[in-house]
Amino acid sequence: MTTAPERAIEQRDALGEPSDPYPQGQVGRPVLRYGGGDRTSGAQRFVADLRFPGSLQVALVTVPVGCADVLGIDATAARAVPGVVDVVTAADLPSPMPRFGVSHTDRPVLADGRVNYHGEPVAAVVAETLDAAQVAARAVRVDFRELPGVYTLDDALAPGAHRVQDPSLRPGHALADSNVLEEAHYTWGDVEAEEARTEVVVEETYTFPMVTHFPIEPGGTVAVPTDAGGLDVYSPVQHPYLLQRTLASVLGLPLNQVRVFAPDPGGGFGGKQNPKLEPLLAFLALRTRRTCRLVLSLEETFQSMRRAGCRIAARTGFAADGALTFHSVDADFLIGAYADVAPRVMGKGSYVAAGPYRIPGVRIDARAVMTNTTPSTAFRGFGSPQVSWALESQLDAGARRLGLDGLEVRRRNLVAKGEAFVRGESAAAADGEWHQSLEKAAELIGWGTPLPPGRGRGIAVGIKPGATSGLSQSLVRLLADGSAIVYAGTSDMGQGARTLWQQIVADELGAPLDQVSVVSGDTGTVPFDLQTSASRSTVFMGSAVLEACKDVRQRVLALYAESTGVPPEQLEERPGVLVTPDGELGLPEAARVALGSLRGEFMGQGTRRLRGKGKHPLGGDAAFYEFNATAIEVEVDRETGELLLTRHVTVSDVGTELNPLQVVSQDEGAAIMGLGHSQMEQLLLDEHGRIRNLGALDYRIPTFKDVPVELVSAAVENHDGPGPYGSKGISEGALLCTAGALGAAVADAAGVVIRDLPLTPERVWAAIQAAEAAEQDAGSAEGPARHHPHRSPVTEE
Amino acid sequence: MTSTARIPDHLDDDPLETVTLTVNGSQRTVAVPTHRTLLDGLRDEVGLPGTKSCCAEGECGACTVLLDGRAVNSCLVLCVEAEGHEVTTVEGLSADGLTDLQEEFLNAGAVQCGFCIPGQVVSAEYLLRTNPDPDEAQIREALSGNLCRCAGYQRIVRAVQATAARRSER
Ligand code: FES
Ligand code: FES
Repeated sequence: MTTAPERAIEQRDALGEPSDPYPQGQVGRPVLRYGGGDRTSGAQRFVADLRFPGSLQVALVTVPVGCADVLGIDATAARAVPGVVDVVTAADLPSPMPRFGVSHTDRPVLADGRVNYHGEPVAAVVAETLDAAQVAARAVRVDFRELPGVYTLDDALAPGAHRVQDPSLRPGHALADSNVLEEAHYTWGDVEAEEARTEVVVEETYTFPMVTHFPIEPGGTVAVPTDAGGLDVYSPVQHPYLLQRTLASVLGLPLNQVRVFAPDPGGGFGGKQNPKLEPLLAFLALRTRRTCRLVLSLEETFQSMRRAGCRIAARTGFAADGALTFHSVDADFLIGAYADVAPRVMGKGSYVAAGPYRIPGVRIDARAVMTNTTPSTAFRGFGSPQVSWALESQLDAGARRLGLDGLEVRRRNLVAKGEAFVRGESAAAADGEWHQSLEKAAELIGWGTPLPPGRGRGIAVGIKPGATSGLSQSLVRLLADGSAIVYAGTSDMGQGARTLWQQIVADELGAPLDQVSVVSGDTGTVPFDLQTSASRSTVFMGSAVLEACKDVRQRVLALYAESTGVPPEQLEERPGVLVTPDGELGLPEAARVALGSLRGEFMGQGTRRLRGKGKHPLGGDAAFYEFNATAIEVEVDRETGELLLTRHVTVSDVGTELNPLQVVSQDEGAAIMGLGHSQMEQLLLDEHGRIRNLGALDYRIPTFKDVPVELVSAAVENHDGPGPYGSKGISEGALLCTAGALGAAVADAAGVVIRDLPLTPERVWAAIQAAEAAEQDAGSAEGPARHHPHRSPVTEE
Repeated sequence: MTSTARIPDHLDDDPLETVTLTVNGSQRTVAVPTHRTLLDGLRDEVGLPGTKSCCAEGECGACTVLLDGRAVNSCLVLCVEAEGHEVTTVEGLSADGLTDLQEEFLNAGAVQCGFCIPGQVVSAEYLLRTNPDPDEAQIREALSGNLCRCAGYQRIVRAVQATAARRSER
């Protein structure tokens, strides 16, 4: 007997057409979240909930500007505060200052004589109590001289602008003496020649704001020195193994002396991927020989993570039939004071700046521009939402000029499966039936059906390259009673990774679902996993878990043969069963027989490795693409500029839904996060580079009352992904093109086009006012202007 | 220029106050400086970390508890103000296992990272106790002070609706 999944896959292969691969297994069912009970009862322990008796508390000292030279630090008064154990400044750390970073080794453990962004710590106070630490931090006197920091793209790119990074950190680099950290260039076809057959050229500039992740768990770090001279570090980090490597390298310790415990992040979204303050906590713990604990405030979290803002100047050509002829893009990503992973955000985002379309001539020039702001990092969607905002808006602008609608122009340009959308040396082709998602979104929004006045619809599509290299290793133990333990290093930050491992192991080893447990979040016991990012875990770790189960089955077969005397060639293992000459045995029973009276267990291991390609600009071909089509119906209040989303449809190309409930939760969450940056979120800076809306009072994210009246999440399943059972990663799709769909809907509803996000009521109102004034001017010769709220001619702002 | 860090104006010489309150049905006495919030008191002194801290300024709802049966942001209440009052935390709601409401949160797929969920559960419980049959607009209004960054909110709405339906059958 084969398991249902395998049977179905065999059948599907035989028929050559898609089918539901799992009529009976756990995979494919809406299994409830692993650990969900603890998450509703309050029993789940996040990092701030862990208790470390006798630990010291840490408070950070900062200066109230974004860019300054530190002239001196006087900690005399701070040290006199009762309970203060230590005040640590750059002078107390090794010289030269240890630095770390993902793409550049540029970030100091503490500001080294120069503050490069508002909130960068210049000193840390360690005390017996939090009160003492905070009082003492206020008593630290920092003498500083404010420098003319650069806080906008224009500031940073101006001739003679202040250099954010010391050129000596990039010796010999052509761009070292500028604020451009890195550039990316992609080109194919002949843009100029294509222009000759072009009917309409649209040339516009778009902006995408800096936004912050705003995880509801601000996070923190606890560092515990071990007797052996090493460290145990607790951090809700998405990449525990990267943190382990970073700490080992700045401290000069072997990997086995640094053990990272990663309690589940209370939301990550990319912001908790890379090390930030953990190296500082590590030094503090080693210096004081005591456990040091820092729990961040939400404000400090705002100052540790954000998405790169972006300005895109685009020139796009269309033939008379709506076919795209060329697309030229200059994209400047506003990154922060340290590189983090921002150059890759720029490179990977701009790689898909021409979208999932068939465009014969393309030129993309992108830059990662450093500023004296919070280091920008990975954020759900990476660089794709930024480029998609510009491209999708350009498509609608061209369509309006040609008298096509938003659906039709996309139908005519979207590539078919297997067709290239990036051409040239590092080409990429569609790995899914993307037209199906577009059509499904159109159908679900009721595209083309009549709307009441004041309402409009928009539709957009987005893609994002998945991981381009990766390594996930897993260990699965099948215990003597048929229960199983999975060791998988994926961080479960809400996406529900552990639930999938449980489902996979239940099917593959024939264990009851509730007898499969998952261990993660401890580099000391769980095998290596490169990252929890880029929606990779289902594909990478899922494959490793699957392989580990196969390894277990082969070991069961071998020992069964040895224990029973049945020749191994007469045995066959399949998901959930061992096939013997006497018939099929459930795997747990076969394992019991094989283990005999000594009992014991089986240990299987699995590895999924994707090697990069040295020459590829992304470091390799993407393992898969996330593709999404979003359609939005909106009502615009012309008096206030407020938007009421009456319907929001998101359709993602998911390969196979291993857990439909989790897929839909991820998809809906991404959609609403997309509405955040499309409608309301933006970090605002003052002239000193300080975040003006620092904290939840002034920085708004969507609430229960901001979300669409109807939110519909659907999936296209063709079982064509590289992950287990044909799955793909799905966690980012629904925010890739939210902004484009909303912008188009607002244009349709109110007749105004806005190119700067977010589409706040103020902006929408101002655009409507401007359009009405223009209309009145134009119409004044013929008497009073007539007002057609719904089908007024679209005014390009 | 000279500066000091941006730190809340806590007084280092705040006296310790003894506070006696009822938490989840049992009487507890804690000693806290006057500036400590009820949130801090519950998490650090009483030892109930199920109630979460995020914004610490009354905007996110992660810290929601019932104070004499009414939902409040415990980050906005001083611990000393709770003297003699009755507090119910998420742990108190689920003292006898998951409640119907908590089960429906799970069934609806409303729980992702889980960090906001204790606050959501307490706010939703308060709503259902005061309005056993809320319509969707009332649910959205009642929970609008509880932020969730993971989900699309509508699964939480469904969980509350499903619980209301379950309770009306009893
Ligand atoms: S922590 Fe109390 S409302 Fe945010
Ligand atoms: S479940 Fe993560 S914040 Fe709500």
